[in-house]
Amino acid sequence: MEQFLQQLINGLSLGSIYALIALGYTMVYGIIKLINFAHCDVYMIGAYVGYACMTYFHLGLLPSMLIAMAACTLLGMAIEKIAYKPLRNATRIAVLITALGVSMFLEYGTMFFVKAEVRAYPSMTGWMAQSFQVGGVNISMLQVIIMAVTVILMILLQFIVKRTRVGRAMRAVSLDKDAAELMGINVNSTISFTFALGSALAGAAGVLVGVYYNSINPLMGMLPGIKAFVAAVFGGIGLIPGAMVGGYAIGMIETMVDGYGNSLYKDAVVFAILILILIVKPAGLLGKNTREKV
Amino acid sequence: MAILSVKKLTKSFGGLTAVSNVNMELQEGELVGLIGPNGAGKTTVFNLLTGVYEPTAGTVTLTRNGKGKEIQGMKPFNICKAGMSRTFQNIRLFKDLTVLDNVRIAMHQNVKYGLASAFLHLPAYAKEEAQLVEKCMELLRIVHLDGKAGELASNLPYGEQRHLEIARALATDPVVLLLDEPAAGMNPAETAQLTELISWIRKNFQLTILLIEHDMSLVMKICERIYVLDYGMIIASGTPEEIKADKKVIEAYLGEDVNDA
Repeated sequence: MEQFLQQLINGLSLGSIYALIALGYTMVYGIIKLINFAHCDVYMIGAYVGYACMTYFHLGLLPSMLIAMAACTLLGMAIEKIAYKPLRNATRIAVLITALGVSMFLEYGTMFFVKAEVRAYPSMTGWMAQSFQVGGVNISMLQVIIMAVTVILMILLQFIVKRTRVGRAMRAVSLDKDAAELMGINVNSTISFTFALGSALAGAAGVLVGVYYNSINPLMGMLPGIKAFVAAVFGGIGLIPGAMVGGYAIGMIETMVDGYGNSLYKDAVVFAILILILIVKPAGLLGKNTREKV
Repeated sequence: MAILSVKKLTKSFGGLTAVSNVNMELQEGELVGLIGPNGAGKTTVFNLLTGVYEPTAGTVTLTRNGKGKEIQGMKPFNICKAGMSRTFQNIRLFKDLTVLDNVRIAMHQNVKYGLASAFLHLPAYAKEEAQLVEKCMELLRIVHLDGKAGELASNLPYGEQRHLEIARALATDPVVLLLDEPAAGMNPAETAQLTELISWIRKNFQLTILLIEHDMSLVMKICERIYVLDYGMIIASGTPEEIKADKKVIEAYLGEDVNDA
């Protein structure tokens, strides 16, 4: 039982990270039907910006995270403007391949500047380095921070999407781009804003992963990126609650497989789940099954 | 005073001229019909007016508060802000949103608060939000949908979806309203109700309305003037009586030499 609870806590922290990244995938998919493969590299850049803030400018976790989020926001908007916007009316496959190209560019461009070596995040000091016991379960402050930050960001996101003008515009654009534009919504700036939001979340996830796992490298985005994508599909791609549920579910499953002995198979299990979902419920856990019109 | 003035509007797709040299003038408060056989280019004219297509040639001038502005070639959302709003031939509501949200999103360009004040729940935000909902509900009352504000747009019956489209178009605060076949697919009772609604809206919102419609009973009943489009050209214009008697119009609808047959 104790082991199960321990894994539960570990799973929640990992799931938080996946959920944060998955939200970016899902929002962009929701609005322009693009799997933005470059998203996982925005997350990597976020981790590096946080690293720079902490190592060179000796900033605390929170300011570093905010700066990383701001930097990623700009990066996300720039990627959209430079790479995707000119292809707005191109075929989906063209944009998809562009996304792969942007991803490679960011990965190896970063590698050019910071070298391929693995870097160690500065370790936390003071209360953030502490951990405490609850009924035999060991919880570190960092895990608490990760979960809390994720929940706060999710609440903010829900608020923006549900209650604000630009959030409503996002939903309108995702449902019918042309009709939205004819109702006075600036579609381009709405899409740009969606990238900004998703990238900010990825930036936060990057810094959290940095402090949690302590090591970063230019290709760190690949595996978590794909798993977050699986999470988004698992929950129902295009649906914000789906990405949250999917993120936690994938994090939990991975930790459980890991914790109960088969750490070698944890990635295999995650991808097996993707295959299962695609066969059984292609629209995802929360998705409505719609028949493709032919 | 001319609220909407269209001069020599032309649109070619490759070698095909879908709309050629169309001139139209809508006076303030007028209700004008645009009719023509299938494929005559009526919806293309609407798409040109609202910025979906960029005209190949010609000008479109929209007058708001006494100030004329050439809007051809502007982005659709800016044309909408300039005061032109429309409904669609095939209903294009935001189906997975509630009735209220459909109207609220359209009204959204008039909202002043920024993200920051929304976040901090500043009084300005709460006040604007409340006013916004109140205004939306007013519009919904006009189209008799205030009782269904919380329902998903896709769950409304067909006729009510058409009404909601009109409410959504009104929410953008237009000076000119373009209605693309508002009575399509409606039964006579629904059409009669719609006819009343359109007249009421025009009077109470002081709107200028341009209407595409196949239902001649509706067109002849409420339009003061009619333009007839055939093969992308205006072939006749005038009052319903004049149009009914126009030889070219009869030819366009029934084929040539109808009298000789």
